[in-house]
Amino acid sequence: MAMAYAVKDDHAHDDHSHDPTGWRRYVYSTNHKDIGTMYLWFAIMAGVLGGFLSVLMRMELQQPGIQIFHGLAQMVYSLPDPATVTDPAKKLAYEQGLLDNGMQMYNVFVTAHGLIMIFFMVMPAMIGGFGNWFVPLMIGAPDMAFPRMNNISFWLLIPAFLLLMLSMFAEGPSGMYGVGGGWTIYPPLSSTAGTPGPAMDFAILSIHLAGASSILGAINFITTIFNMRAPGMTLHKMPLFVWSVLVTVFLLLLSLPVLAGAITMLLTDRNFGTSFFVPSKGGDPLLFQHLFWFFGHPEVYILILPGFGIISQVISTFSKKPVFGYLGMAYAMVAIGVVGFVVWAHHMYTVGLDADTQAYFVAATMIIAVPTGVKIFSWIATMWGGSIDFRAPMYWAIGFIFLFTVGGVTGVVLANAGVDRTLHHTYYVVAHFHYVLSLGAVFAIFAGWYYWFPKITGYMYSERIAKLHFWVTFIGVNIVFFPQHFLGLAGMPRRYADYPAAYEGWNRVSSYGSYISAVGVLIFLYGMVSAYLKKVKAPDNPWGVGATTLEWTLSSPPPFHQFSTLPVIK
Amino acid sequence: MTSKINNIFGALAAITACLLPTGAFAEAGKAVEWQLGMQDSVTPVMDDIVSFHNMLLVIITLITVFVLGLLLTVIFKFNAKSNPVPSKTTHNTLIEVLWTVIPVLILVVIAVPSFRLLYKQRDIPAADMTIKVIGNPQWNWTYEYPDLGLNDDKTPKVTFTSYLKPKEQADLDGQPYLLSTDMPVLVPVNKVVKLIVTSDPEGIIHGWAVPSFGMQMDAIPGRLNEDWFKVTKTGIYYGECYSLCGKYHSQMPIEVWAVDDSTLAKWADMIKTSPKPEDMQIFLRSIKPAAPAVASN
Repeated sequence: MAMAYAVKDDHAHDDHSHDPTGWRRYVYSTNHKDIGTMYLWFAIMAGVLGGFLSVLMRMELQQPGIQIFHGLAQMVYSLPDPATVTDPAKKLAYEQGLLDNGMQMYNVFVTAHGLIMIFFMVMPAMIGGFGNWFVPLMIGAPDMAFPRMNNISFWLLIPAFLLLMLSMFAEGPSGMYGVGGGWTIYPPLSSTAGTPGPAMDFAILSIHLAGASSILGAINFITTIFNMRAPGMTLHKMPLFVWSVLVTVFLLLLSLPVLAGAITMLLTDRNFGTSFFVPSKGGDPLLFQHLFWFFGHPEVYILILPGFGIISQVISTFSKKPVFGYLGMAYAMVAIGVVGFVVWAHHMYTVGLDADTQAYFVAATMIIAVPTGVKIFSWIATMWGGSIDFRAPMYWAIGFIFLFTVGGVTGVVLANAGVDRTLHHTYYVVAHFHYVLSLGAVFAIFAGWYYWFPKITGYMYSERIAKLHFWVTFIGVNIVFFPQHFLGLAGMPRRYADYPAAYEGWNRVSSYGSYISAVGVLIFLYGMVSAYLKKVKAPDNPWGVGATTLEWTLSSPPPFHQFSTLPVIK
Repeated sequence: MTSKINNIFGALAAITACLLPTGAFAEAGKAVEWQLGMQDSVTPVMDDIVSFHNMLLVIITLITVFVLGLLLTVIFKFNAKSNPVPSKTTHNTLIEVLWTVIPVLILVVIAVPSFRLLYKQRDIPAADMTIKVIGNPQWNWTYEYPDLGLNDDKTPKVTFTSYLKPKEQADLDGQPYLLSTDMPVLVPVNKVVKLIVTSDPEGIIHGWAVPSFGMQMDAIPGRLNEDWFKVTKTGIYYGECYSLCGKYHSQMPIEVWAVDDSTLAKWADMIKTSPKPEDMQIFLRSIKPAAPAVASN
């Protein structure tokens, strides 16, 4: 979108010495940029941890049999070492106990990896991090509408994360540790039948806190975007990143309370004798699945929509062209958001729904492919005729388009209940959602990271390291996830600590890919540290004529308070 | 018409498969190492799943290649060196209509066979035999055959629980570990078998699935889910638990033997005598079907 703007003097009124310093600056922070920075640090930390869990899982799956998790369980939970036991009968029991704990621990890792990456990596990075930083800047606002609520949004995440960590070390199934029910936490496995111990309660409280944090954040963004746009910044002039955050936070606001209801019922089933999900007392486990996916499906769009926004900004900037079909792009996101609410049971094709119900969900789900296609083609049309600078953010953006397309078309396959009959619960699904999330959302995050790094920090990153980071990650993640399509088609179920020998080949390849991706993460961290050490000063606008949004009119980094005199958008 | 289209798509898929370096080989009943596609089909439903998936595979491959082609064109034609002055085009109504309408048409083409397949799966035909499957909390499956005679208390005479075959025994028997069980489920070949899938009322959710049958059904406490298959070839077909159920999720396999009626009758008679486990194993070896041949497609 072409945007003409006139920024009036925005740096002359720095209030003297009111800006807090030291730890108070962050802990008490009501500044959207500082809070955004804390969100980004938090997301990096959680992402490294979640990624570490996934590498350990891939190490386990490199060969059939239990490779490392019995040892890991012994180490982490200080279980007795069978080698020190002399009584042969006891020795056998101890060995079996270790194996059992190892397999449970594998499931705990599956669960924690999913929850961490969703609630503590992608969402904090995209909405909390980039959203906080750039929504106010892009609409010409001095800060978020509710700065103190912004603070509590962030600080609720910390106890949420600690509770999740705690749950990994608390008793779950009797005699074992942690929550091994997957991020979907279906009862009865997550209820007293499968996980009687307090680990599950910790996890429920963790999700509650993270959800409350996101709901407060959503209220804040909605209010900010509706009320604090600079003069002339009409809704239809807003940058697409702001549009994407607006749609995302509406999804959060409408879907998270449903999850909160479901996990509250689970909590009372577990602790207070209710029976919402207990079939022998008039409840139904499927009720939980409907409620969960009524939240869960919008949630996957929550994870990807801000990425769509980031990609639109990056592509437009480096093509030196306004976004093609701006209104179509904005309303495609709205359409995806709306339709995303009425497709939830496509996660439940194998629970025994009748044919007509499944047919509806097939049709509704496939419709989402249309606005998604509009977005893909509009990005390409934006580049078409452009004069593209291949800077690092553009690498990630183009990588995103291709990988998201691969993940999107396998989504169309899975949308068909008839085929999903045999692919559901297999590695094909794992490959699909990692192509759209691990390779889609994460590539969008890295595109945004390199795009805005100069603005956030005031330093330039190294183009060479950023591109190396891209190539290593691109090759690594494809080696991880492409073979998983083959495993899924051949029938390998997901969430398996051990598997039949015939699946060994592609699993080994997939594991090698995960080690390459891990090297990619190290390159990312190295690039970040070296940018901070080298301190190459970034200009206000390092990207040239294509960067037309308001954040590039400010200094790098922007002043502590910006737009004390509002910019006027013509 | 549709079958012709399916044939064309099938041929295209076969060509695509042949171009892949390792070749697309598969067996019915279990996966083979480096397999690229689905397991071979032995039921009418799976036949349709395979041909529908072949069609989808061609469509999604073409779409992906098309998008990749556009991206490469953009990269090579519209970089700053080749095209220093960017255009100002931001709208083109015709192309925007086209990229909305064409995907809709593609989806309609997909939807027709998709719905046909779905209704074939869920409209359960008249059953020749009914088997009840119960997923147990201790990670094994119980099977009940109400059609093979009832005891005085109305419980089925043929009822058994099948457990994971330990690795040593599986290796000894030349069977795949984590797929083979101590007690296979026998089903009549070329007959419609209706499954009633459920789980222990106080237990957890499991999933009963055999890939070569194109069948998967969750076993949910408190619910009786119906599904069906009609196996067209005698043989041994393996499946696994598909729905996360705790520490031994990967250790509750399914082993189905499709046999002729007389073998099934002999087997039922044997079970009704409540044989000792070792006698049962000897008997099972005597009626074990041959491994399914490696299919050529």
